[in-house]
Amino acid sequence: MAVRCTGLVKRYEDLVAVAGIDLAVRPGECFGLLGPNGAGKTTTVEILEGLTAPDEGSVDVLGYRWGTGHDHNLRERLGVQLQETQLAEKLTVGETLRLFASFFSRARPVEEVIRTVGLEDKRQARVGKLSGGQKQRLALACALVSDPELLFLDEPTTGLDPQARLNVWEVVEAFVESGGTVLLTTHYMEEAERLCDRVAIMDHGTILSLDRPAALVASLGAEQIVQFELRGDLDPSALATLPGVGSVAGKQGSFRLGVRRMGEMMPALLSELERRGLVLESLTTHQATLEDVFVHLTGRALRDE
Amino acid sequence: MSEPRRTLAGGQKSRRAHPLVELTRSRLLEFLREPEAVFWVFVFPVLLALALGIAFRSKPVDTLRVAVRSGMPGEARIVAMLRESPGLTVIDLPADKADRALRTGKVDLVVEGVSVAAGANGEPLAVTYRYDTTRAEGRAARLATDDVLQRALGRPDLLSARDERVALPGNRYIDFLIPGLVGLNLMGSGMWGLGFAVVQARVRKLLKRFAATPMRRSHYLLSFMLSRLVGLVLEVAVVVGFGWLLFGVAVHGSLLDLAVVSLLGALTFAGVGLLVAARPRTIEGVSGWMNLVQLPMWLFSGTFFSYERFPAAVQPAIRVLPLTALNDALRAVINDGTSLAENWPALLVMVLWGGISFAVALRLFRWQ
Repeated sequence: MAVRCTGLVKRYEDLVAVAGIDLAVRPGECFGLLGPNGAGKTTTVEILEGLTAPDEGSVDVLGYRWGTGHDHNLRERLGVQLQETQLAEKLTVGETLRLFASFFSRARPVEEVIRTVGLEDKRQARVGKLSGGQKQRLALACALVSDPELLFLDEPTTGLDPQARLNVWEVVEAFVESGGTVLLTTHYMEEAERLCDRVAIMDHGTILSLDRPAALVASLGAEQIVQFELRGDLDPSALATLPGVGSVAGKQGSFRLGVRRMGEMMPALLSELERRGLVLESLTTHQATLEDVFVHLTGRALRDE
Repeated sequence: MSEPRRTLAGGQKSRRAHPLVELTRSRLLEFLREPEAVFWVFVFPVLLALALGIAFRSKPVDTLRVAVRSGMPGEARIVAMLRESPGLTVIDLPADKADRALRTGKVDLVVEGVSVAAGANGEPLAVTYRYDTTRAEGRAARLATDDVLQRALGRPDLLSARDERVALPGNRYIDFLIPGLVGLNLMGSGMWGLGFAVVQARVRKLLKRFAATPMRRSHYLLSFMLSRLVGLVLEVAVVVGFGWLLFGVAVHGSLLDLAVVSLLGALTFAGVGLLVAARPRTIEGVSGWMNLVQLPMWLFSGTFFSYERFPAAVQPAIRVLPLTALNDALRAVINDGTSLAENWPALLVMVLWGGISFAVALRLFRWQ
C-alpha cells in the first residue's frame, strides 16, 4: 500500500477534526477524499504528510512511519501541494522551482517541470503576477519537481475557473498515467468523478462511504434523480410505492427521488399528483452523481454555500 | 536567455546548487525586489547621517554668546570690554528677554549688575553671572567672560600661555555618530529584515510547505544569516563611505577589523531577529516584539549620544546589550583604531547573543 492509516484521531481544543479514519491507498491509483469544508480532509492529509501528529492511530506512508528516522528519505519521495500556500511573490516561476528542486537529491530539471504544467511562457514572470490558475499549476510543479512516487494534493482546483481546472486535471491525469500515486482532497464532485479511481466520502471527521465513483453512485439504487416542488403537501410514503422509484427524500412539498426507470416512474408520478389535485411548482431531473450520494448520506448538499 | 539543454533520463540528477545557496539567493532576490526595504536599509541611514551631520557640524568660528542686561549700571562699559574679546558675541537685552534667551539656548550667559554703587571710574564693583551650570557652553562662557572682565579691569597674567589649536577630524559629533549609525543600521535591517520575512512566510504557509520537503530546517535559518552577510557589505560600505566622502570621517583601524566587527554584528542581530520571529503568527505580533526588543537599545546603546550619561548603576546592564557592544567595537575600530584584541569583551557579548539566540530560535521555531 502507498498509504495506510488506521484509527486516525485528531482533536483540537473544542472540536474533533478527525474522528477515527481508516484508509488504504493502492500504488498507482488516484484516491480522493470528498467532503464539504470542515469535514476533516485537510487535517487528514496533513497527518498523512507528516506535518501534523495524530492524537491516535497509525500512519504508514510508502512502508514507513513518520518520526521513526525515515522522515528525510520519505520526503524525498513525496510531492506535496498544500491548501492555500502562497509562494514568494517576488520570485519568478523559474526561480521558485529552482529553489524547490534544490531541496531534493533526485529532482527533475526545472525546464521539464515547467513544460509539464504548461507554464513555459511564464518562466520569467513573478509569482505575484500569475493568475489563480497559473499559481495553482506552479504549486503543482513544486510538488512534481521532486519526481515523486506519491503526490498529495489538497483542494488543487478550489477557486479556479473551468478552463484552469481542466488544465490542473490534465496534469494530474498525466502523473497517474505515468505510474504515480495520488491522494487528493476536493469538495467538487466533478473532480472526484473525473480523476479518482476510488473516493472516500467524508463528513464530520469520519468516512461515510468508500468505493469507486461509479459504485458509490450505483449504491443509490438509482440512475436518475428527480427533484420537484409541489404547491400543497404530500406524504412521502405515497411516492415510495410508485414504479421505478429507488429512494425518497424530502418533505413539505419539496422532494427528491432516486429513480431506476424514468419511463415508468414519470407517468405514474404525474397521474398520482393529478389524482390528488396537487400542482407542480417545478421539476428537474439529472443523472445521479456523487453529489447525490453525499446528499443521500448526510441529508445536506456538498457545497455549503 | 536560454539555459543549456539538459538531458533527462530516469533518476539522472539535474545540475543544481546546494539548498543553502539557493535559499540565500532567493532571500537576496526577494529583498532587492522590495523597494521599501532597500530604502530603509540603504537610503534612510544616509539621509539621517546627512541631516545630523549638518545640524551638529562643528563651526570653526563658534563663539560663546553673552547677553548684558540693559539698564544695569556700567552697562556700556561692560559691553565695550567684552566686545574686545573675539571669542564672545555680546548682545544687549532687557531683563525679561535676557532670561528667555538663556532658557531657549540663544545665549549661554547673562551678565547682571548686583551692586548699584558705581566705582571710581563708574564701573560696577560686582556682577552676577546667570547661566545653566549643566551646559558646557554655559560653564565655558562663565570662565571666558570673567576672564575678559578681570583682565580689562587690570588683573595681570602671571603665566604666559600659548594656544595650539587642534581641529583634527576624529572628535567631532559626526565622528561619534557614523559608527553608531552603522551599528543601528545593522540592528534594524537584521531584525526587521529577518523578522518580517520569516513571519510573512509563516502567515503565507510557505514555512509549512518547506517543512513538507526534505529541506534541512537549519539550512532555512542559516540562509537568513548568510543573506545578511551579503547585505551587510553594502550597508556598512554605504554609511561609512558616505561619512568619509562628505564629512571626512576616517576609519582609523584596519578595514579588515571593521569587516570582522560588522560581520559579527550582522550575525548577532540575525540571531536575535530569528529568535524574535521564531513564534509569532502575525506581522502585528512580530512588530510588537521587534519594537520591544529594540527599544532599550535605541535608548541606551549610545547611538546618538554617549551612554556614559546614564547613571553608573545601570552601566553594566547597558554594556551587555548587543547594540552597545557593537557600537563600542565599531567606535574602537573607526574612531580609535584600536585592535580587536583590546575589544574582546564587546566581541564576546556579540558572539553570546548571536549564538544563543540562533540555537534557541532553531529549537522554538514554529513551522506552521
